[in-house]
Amino acid sequence: MLDSTYIALIPVIPAISFLLIALVGRRYFPKLCGIAGTLSLLVSFLLSSVVACQYFFEVGKVEGVYQKIIAMKQVWLQFAPGVSIDMGILLDPISVMMIVIVTFISLMVHIYSLGYMKEDTRISTYYSFLSLFTFSMLGLVLSTNIFQIYIFWELVGVSSFLLIGFYYDKPSAVAASKKAFIVTRFADLGFLIGILILSYYTETLDFRTLIARLTTDGSYLSSIISASFIGCSALTWGLILVFIGGAGKSAMFPLHIWLPDAMEGPTPVSALIHAATMVVAGVYLVARLFPVFSISCPEALNVVAYIGIFSSLFAAVIACTQTDIKRVLAYSTMSQIGFMMFALGVSGYGGEKGLGYMASMFHLFTHAIFKALLFLGAGAVIHYVHSNEMNDMGGLRKNMPVTHITFLLACLAIAGIPPFAGFFSKEEILLAAWNSNKFIFYVAIITAALTAFYMFRLYFSIFWNKEFKPAHVNDNGVKETSSHKNHEGGISMLFPLIILAILSVIAGFVPFNRLVTSDGVELNTEFHLSFSIAPVLLAIAGITIATIFYRKQNNLPQKFSNSLNGFYTAAYKKFYMDELYLFITKKIIFNCVGKPAAWIDKYIVDGAINGIAGITAIFSDLIKIVQSGKLQDYAIYFISGVIGLVVLVIYWKF
Amino acid sequence: MNEIGLTHILVISTLLFFIGVYGFLTRRNMIIMLMAIELILNSVNINFVAFNKYIYSGKLDGLFFTLFITAIAAAEAAVAIAIIINLYRNYKSIDINDADSMKY
Repeated sequence: MLDSTYIALIPVIPAISFLLIALVGRRYFPKLCGIAGTLSLLVSFLLSSVVACQYFFEVGKVEGVYQKIIAMKQVWLQFAPGVSIDMGILLDPISVMMIVIVTFISLMVHIYSLGYMKEDTRISTYYSFLSLFTFSMLGLVLSTNIFQIYIFWELVGVSSFLLIGFYYDKPSAVAASKKAFIVTRFADLGFLIGILILSYYTETLDFRTLIARLTTDGSYLSSIISASFIGCSALTWGLILVFIGGAGKSAMFPLHIWLPDAMEGPTPVSALIHAATMVVAGVYLVARLFPVFSISCPEALNVVAYIGIFSSLFAAVIACTQTDIKRVLAYSTMSQIGFMMFALGVSGYGGEKGLGYMASMFHLFTHAIFKALLFLGAGAVIHYVHSNEMNDMGGLRKNMPVTHITFLLACLAIAGIPPFAGFFSKEEILLAAWNSNKFIFYVAIITAALTAFYMFRLYFSIFWNKEFKPAHVNDNGVKETSSHKNHEGGISMLFPLIILAILSVIAGFVPFNRLVTSDGVELNTEFHLSFSIAPVLLAIAGITIATIFYRKQNNLPQKFSNSLNGFYTAAYKKFYMDELYLFITKKIIFNCVGKPAAWIDKYIVDGAINGIAGITAIFSDLIKIVQSGKLQDYAIYFISGVIGLVVLVIYWKF
Repeated sequence: MNEIGLTHILVISTLLFFIGVYGFLTRRNMIIMLMAIELILNSVNINFVAFNKYIYSGKLDGLFFTLFITAIAAAEAAVAIAIIINLYRNYKSIDINDADSMKY
C-alpha cells in the first residue's frame, strides 16, 4: 500500500526549502541556496518517481481500472459539521503524471539556473521563489477538492507574478508582472464564481463526490440543470466560468495577452512556469472535471473545443511574425495548449471516445519536455548573445554545438516529425479530432503545419541564416570579439539540455493509452499509418518553406510579407489585442465605470466622512474657547461649579 | 448679644473664605494668589476649631485637623513657591496670565 507520509513529503519538501532559503539562507548562506533548492527538488523528484511506479504498476489498478486514491485527508477549515475545506492528496493517473513532470522539469530548471543565474546577486531570492512555485504547483495537482485547487491556483499565480517581476528594476518586467497578475486574477474571479455555483448545487467541494453527483441522475443533477440563467443551465454556467479560470491561467484567447509579456522574467522561469507547468494548469483543471463536462454538459465542452482551436491557430499565425525568440516560443506555447484544450473538447468519456482526453494528457506530457528544452536552449542563446532579437543572431551552430543539436531535436519534436515525442501525441490529437469534428481537424492540421514553419524559422534564424558577429560593445565603444572560453555556459546548463533532448526523442514511446485515460481503463488505439501521412507531409512542407526562406539570408521573407501586407502587419502587431484591451479598459471601462465610481468615492463616500469631520471641527471650534490656558478662568469655572452644586444640594428637594 | 457664639465665628470664617476666593480670582501676581489660598485654608481652620469648641467640646479631632492643615499648608507653600520660581525662570514674569501655554 502507498505510504501517505512520503507522498505528503513531495510538496512539503519544496515548501520547507522555500521557508529555509527565504528566512535563513538568504541572509546567512547566499552561496548555498541554489544547491539546497536543487537537492530538495531532487529528493522530491525521486519520491514522486517512486510514487508513480507504485501507483501505475502496483496499487493503482484494481481489476484493470485505475482508481482515484485519496492518500491523505485533513480537515482544515471547518465552518460547520459537514461543511469544511479540506487539505488532502488525491492520486489518480493525471495527478501522478503531473507530479512526476512538475518535479522533473523543476529539477532540470533548478540545475540549469545554477549556471544561468550564477552572476545574479539575488540568486537566493530566485531559488526561494522557484521552491515556492514548485510547492504550489504540486499542491495544485494533488488537490482533493475544488477549493484546495483554488488556493494553490492563486499561489502559483503569486509565484508567477514574483518571478516575472524578478528583474524589478526593469519597468517592462514590472508592467508585465502586473499585467499577468491582473489578467489571471480577472479570470480567477470566473473560476471562483464557477466553484460557488457548482458547490452550491452539489453541496460538496470534494472532487469525487462532486463528479459522482453531477454525472449520475438524481436530485443534484436535476436541480442544477433546471436552474437556468439567460438561456443556459446553472451547470453550463458553472463549468464555463470554471473554464474561464482555466483559460486565464492557460493563456487561451482572449485572456492570452499576459503570456507573451511574461517572457520578461528570467528564461529558466519561462521554461518552468510559462511553458511546461503552470500554464497547463487550465488543461489540468478541465481534465480534472472532465466527466462532468463530457457526460452532463457537452455545450461547455464545445466552448472548450472552439476556444482551444481558435487560440491555437491565432497564436500560430502570430508566432510566424514575431522576432523576439522568447515571444515566438510564448505564442507557440499558447498554440500547443490550444491543441490540448481542443483535444479535451472533442473527446468523449470512456472507451474509444476517450481518445482525445488521453491524447491531450499525452501532449501535455511531451510538450512539457520539449518546450522546456526549447526555452532552456533559447536561454543559452540569450545568455551567449545578450539579446532576444532574431536579428542579432544567426550562424550560431558553430559557436554552440550542443545547444544547436538539442534545439534541433526539440524543433523536430514540436513539429511532429516521427519518431520524436511530439509526433505521437499530436497524431493522437488529430485522430481524435478527425473522429469527432472534421472542421476542427482541418484547422488543426493547418496549425500543425504552421507550427513546423515557425519553429524552423526560429531554428534557422538562430543557428544558420548569416554569420554570427558578436555585437558586444563594451563601455569604451570598442567591439569585443567574443572572449568567453566556455561558449555554452557550464555543465549545469548543458546537462539539462542533453537530458531533455534525450527525453524529447523517446518520450513518445511511453504507453500513455494504457496509463492515463479518461475512465482509468486501458484504451486500445491502433496506429494508422495512412492517417499520419497528411499531417507529417504538411509538417515537412512547413519545414521546407522555412528552410528556403531562412536557411540563407535572402529577401524572400521580405517579399512574401510584403505581398501579405495588411495581414502581416496585423499579425506582427498581435492582431492589435493589446491595443483593443487598452481601448476597452482606458476608454470604456475607465470612462464609463471608473470615473463615475471615482466620482461617487470622491464626493459621496469621502464627502460623508469629510462632512462628519467638518461638523466635529465646527463644534470643537465653539468649545475650545473655554480652554483659554489661563489658570484663573479655570478657577472661576471650578468655583461656580461648586457653588452651583451647593445651591442644588441645599435648595433642591431630593 | 454680649456673648460670642458659633454664628459670629462662622460669619468671620465665611468672610475670610470669600476674601480668599476673590483674591485668588482677581489678583494676577502669583505670590498674592498664594497668600489668598492661605486665607482660604485658614478660614477652614477657624471652622474646625469653632465646631470642635461649640459642638464636640471635650474631643480633639478638630484641633488635630487644624494642626494637620497648618503643616500641610506650610509644605504646600514651599512647593508652590518652587513652582513659581521655575515659572519665573521660564517666563521672566510672575503674572499668572503670562503662563498660558496650555491654551488649546
